[in-house]
Amino acid sequence: MPWTGLDPERRARSFAGMSDTTGRPRPTVPALFLTYLKIGLVGFGGVNAWARRVLVEERRWVTEQEYAEVLGLGQVLPGPNALNVAIHLGERFRGGPGALAASVGLFGGPMLVLLGLAMLHDTYGDLPMVRAVLAGTAAAAAGMILGTAAKITTNLRPAWPILAVGCAALLAGSVLRLPLPWIVLGLAPFGILAAWWTMRGRA
Amino acid sequence: MSDGEDVLGQLAIGFLAISLIAVGGGIAVVPEMNRLAVDVHGWMDNARFAQLFALAQAAPGPNVLVVGLIGWHVAGLAGMLVATLAMTVPAGLLAFGFARVRTRLAGARWLRTLEMGLVPIAVGLIFSSGIILTQAAAVHWTALVMTIGSTLFVWRTEFSPLWVLGAGALLGAVFL
Repeated sequence: MPWTGLDPERRARSFAGMSDTTGRPRPTVPALFLTYLKIGLVGFGGVNAWARRVLVEERRWVTEQEYAEVLGLGQVLPGPNALNVAIHLGERFRGGPGALAASVGLFGGPMLVLLGLAMLHDTYGDLPMVRAVLAGTAAAAAGMILGTAAKITTNLRPAWPILAVGCAALLAGSVLRLPLPWIVLGLAPFGILAAWWTMRGRA
Repeated sequence: MSDGEDVLGQLAIGFLAISLIAVGGGIAVVPEMNRLAVDVHGWMDNARFAQLFALAQAAPGPNVLVVGLIGWHVAGLAGMLVATLAMTVPAGLLAFGFARVRTRLAGARWLRTLEMGLVPIAVGLIFSSGIILTQAAAVHWTALVMTIGSTLFVWRTEFSPLWVLGAGALLGAVFL
């Protein structure tokens, strides 16, 4: 493992500070690159759903709770969510090289595919068959996003104040159609309050 | 259209600014991208923008890569690279700086509370984007049935979602 010399003590400390990670594998830099390359290339219809599947279910590098937390941070920070998550996890496991490997993997593969598609689309994009296939894929992809959200919720079994904040975010985004920055920044204090209340109850 | 260098500069500055207001994710700023490409610079019309967006949705990878397609449409390969880098590099450096700070603070109780508090918003927004995509995709009742079937499949089984996406493409070719 070529990167273990990278400030191992700090990593080990921060690692021990996190819940549920003891005994979990710590990916190498090449593993981060290859895994994120896979996430990017299979990531049809929304890469966050795929990142969750690969990182939580297949590789088991993070728990459901940790993934949801990093995704939450990724949404509060500006920029693409999936990129923010890749950078956070890459940094957590392998510092700067890890963050770079994960983000280049995430964007590199799809960029090449998209380049090819852009050229094909210029030629064939208006064919009825192409449109029908795209429409069917879009319908299935929407279900994939909903199914992923349902899966996370059933796995995490949130306490009722946290569930209430989640429902508020759902309604604000889908029914009221408020701009996302407002939702994230406006609901964050309530989410934090709900988390504080829940943790206090458990302590 | 003005000369190439000028357009690349407009792509770089436009998407850099958009990336830094993209709280909630890249897809949050699609209306802003539409404004930049259609209203401000007149690079394309609304119909073309919708097509490029659908193409980026259908392709694998982060949906934010639609900026690469806009860049491609405006200035070819150079435009694709400039737009994508402008959208990802500055925001990525910011996220990296934050991740460093976070690693040092890991385990602090207030940080744990903050992170736990953001989880329901993250999950609620995944639901919400799923609902919005469902509405957009429901061009026919069969599309809605496919979305419901796909939801149950992903929620209730451990099989790869590639199966439902493949089935969706096939059923789309037959019914839509």
